[in-house]
Amino acid sequence: MVTRRLWIAAASAALLAASVMAPSLTAAQQSAHTKIRVIASFSILGDFVRNVGGDRLEVATLVGPNGNAHVYSPSPADAKKVSDAKLVFVNGLGFEGWLDRLVKASATKAPIIVASKGIRPLERAGAHDRDHEHGSADPHAWQSVANAKIYVSNIRDALIVADPAGRRDYETNAASYLARLDVLEREVRATLAKIPPDRRHVITSHNAFGYFEAAYGIHFIAPQGVSTESEASAKDVAAIISATRKEKVSAVFLENVTDPRLVQQIASETGAKVGGLLYSDALTDEKGDAPTYIDLIRHNLRQLATALTS
Amino acid sequence: MSPYELFIAPFSEFEFMRRALAGVLALALGAGPIGVFLMLRRMSLVGDAMAHAILPGAAVGFLLSGLNLFAMTAGGLIAGFVVALLTGVVARTTELKEDAALATFYLLSLALGVTIVSLKGTNVDLLHVLFGNVLALDNQTLLLIAVNATISLLALAVIYRPLVLECVDPGFMRAVSRAGGPAHLAFLVLVVVNLVSGFHALGTLLAVGIMMLPAATGRFWARDITLMITLATASGVAAGYAGLLLSFHAGVASGPAVILVAGALYLFSLLFGRVGGLVRQYFPGRHLEA
Repeated sequence: MVTRRLWIAAASAALLAASVMAPSLTAAQQSAHTKIRVIASFSILGDFVRNVGGDRLEVATLVGPNGNAHVYSPSPADAKKVSDAKLVFVNGLGFEGWLDRLVKASATKAPIIVASKGIRPLERAGAHDRDHEHGSADPHAWQSVANAKIYVSNIRDALIVADPAGRRDYETNAASYLARLDVLEREVRATLAKIPPDRRHVITSHNAFGYFEAAYGIHFIAPQGVSTESEASAKDVAAIISATRKEKVSAVFLENVTDPRLVQQIASETGAKVGGLLYSDALTDEKGDAPTYIDLIRHNLRQLATALTS
Repeated sequence: MSPYELFIAPFSEFEFMRRALAGVLALALGAGPIGVFLMLRRMSLVGDAMAHAILPGAAVGFLLSGLNLFAMTAGGLIAGFVVALLTGVVARTTELKEDAALATFYLLSLALGVTIVSLKGTNVDLLHVLFGNVLALDNQTLLLIAVNATISLLALAVIYRPLVLECVDPGFMRAVSRAGGPAHLAFLVLVVVNLVSGFHALGTLLAVGIMMLPAATGRFWARDITLMITLATASGVAAGYAGLLLSFHAGVASGPAVILVAGALYLFSLLFGRVGGLVRQYFPGRHLEA
C-alpha cells in the first residue's frame, strides 16, 4: 500500500516536471541549429547527459535502449557520430571494451569524459572468485543512486568547461536533477528498510548489482561472472543451487540482457520465487518499464519489494 | 573424494545435471550415425555451414514470437531445409559440386539472417538468445531433442541400405536403383533436424562437435560401417558424460568441456587407432610369417 502511494506521488511529480519542461521544448526546436552535439556510450549515461544538458545539447547514444554494451560491436555510423561530436561521455571502469578502437578509428578530437571519475570502484564480485579477474573494477557503478549523483556532477562540470556560455543552464538543470535523485535515494532506502534481513538474498542472471548490494544491503548471487561474455560452468550453477538451498534465497530475477533459461532452471530446481525483470545495463524504449534512469531504479525497487515482502 | 561423489553424486544431487546428461545422450545417439555418414560422404564441414544457414529462419521466428522454442525451431528448420534442398538440387543438376552449391546458398542465407537481425535494430546478441545452454534444458527442449533423436534413428533405419551404397559406390548405386537421390535428400533433412535441435538446446559448437568428432574417432577403429557407427555413438555418449563431470568438478564451461573430451578421444584414436592410427602405421608390428 505504501509503495503504491509512493508510486503515485512519484508519477505526479514526473508529470509536473514534464509540464514544466514542455514549453522549453518548443524554444529548443527554434534553436536546433545551435545545439551542441555530444555522444554518450550507452542509454543510461545518455539519460544523465540529457537531464543536465536540457535543450542546449543534442545527445546521441551508441548502445541504444535494450542493447548490451558488454558485447557491442560498433558500426561505421557510430564512428561518424563520434567524429561529429563535441564531447564523448563514457562510463569507464572497463565497461566499454570496444570504445578505444572506435575512438581511434573515428579520429575524433572531442575530449573523452569518464563519467564515473571519483567513484570508488568495487572489485568484480562473482559467485566465485576467479584469479584472473582480480584487480579489475565492476563497471556497473550507476546501480547506486549516490554514484549516479557523482556521474551527474561530472557531466555538469565537463559541460561547463566545454560550453561556458551555458553555465547557468547546466547548473540549474543539474541541481534540479540532483534533487530528484535525492528523493529517489530516500525512497529506495525507505522501501528496502522494510524487508527483513533473512529475506534479502536474491539471484540474478547477470551480476550487475554489486553497487546496489554495497549501498542498500540486498545480497545478489549470479550464475554468470560479472560480464555477460563468460559462460557459466556446471560448477558455478551447482554452487548457486547449493547456496540457494543453504541461504534461503527468496527470489530469482531475470534480466533484459541475458539468457533467461538458466535462471528459470535454477528457480525450478530450488523452489525460489521467480521475480520480474530487473534492468541493469540498459534503459528500455519509450513504451517499456524503464525509459529513464529514475524509472529504471523505481522499477527495480518495485520488483524487489514485491518479490521479497510477499 | 569417493568414486560415488566423483561420478554419480553430481547427477543424483542436481536436477540440472540430470537434464544436461539426458540431453547430451539423446543428442549423441542421433548425431553419431549422421556424423559417420557425413564423414564418409566427405561432407564433414556441412554442419558448420548449416549452422549459419539456419540463422534467418530462427531470426524470423524470434522476431515474430520472441523467445519461443517452437517458433524458432520451425523457422530454423524451414531455412535449413530450403538451403539443403536447393544445394542437393543444384549439385545434381548443374556443373557445381555439392560443396560449392552449399557455400553459395549458406552465404546468401547468412547474409539474409544478419540483415533481418539488423533491421530489427536491437543489438541483443541474437546468437546468444537463439543458441541454448546445456545447463538450462527445460522440458520442452528436452522433449525436442529426444523426438529429433528418435526420428533420426527411425529414418536412418529406413534409408540405411541406399545410403550406405551411395557412400561406398555411387556409380553402382545409380546403375541398380533410383533410390539414391531421395535417400540423399532425406539424409540432408536429417542433418538439418539434428543440427537445429542441437543448436537450440546446446549451442553451435556442441551441436556440430558432437556430430563430427565421434565420427572421426570411430573411423580409426573400424572398417565396417555398422561397427563404426556403434563406436562413434559410444564415444559421443562417453564424451557427453565425462565432459559434464569435467565441467562440474573443474568449473569450465560445459559445452566446450564436452567437445574437449570428444577431442581427446579423437586424438588418442588418431595416435593409437587400429585402423590407420599413426603409431600403427609408422611402427607396424612384425608381420606374421609362415
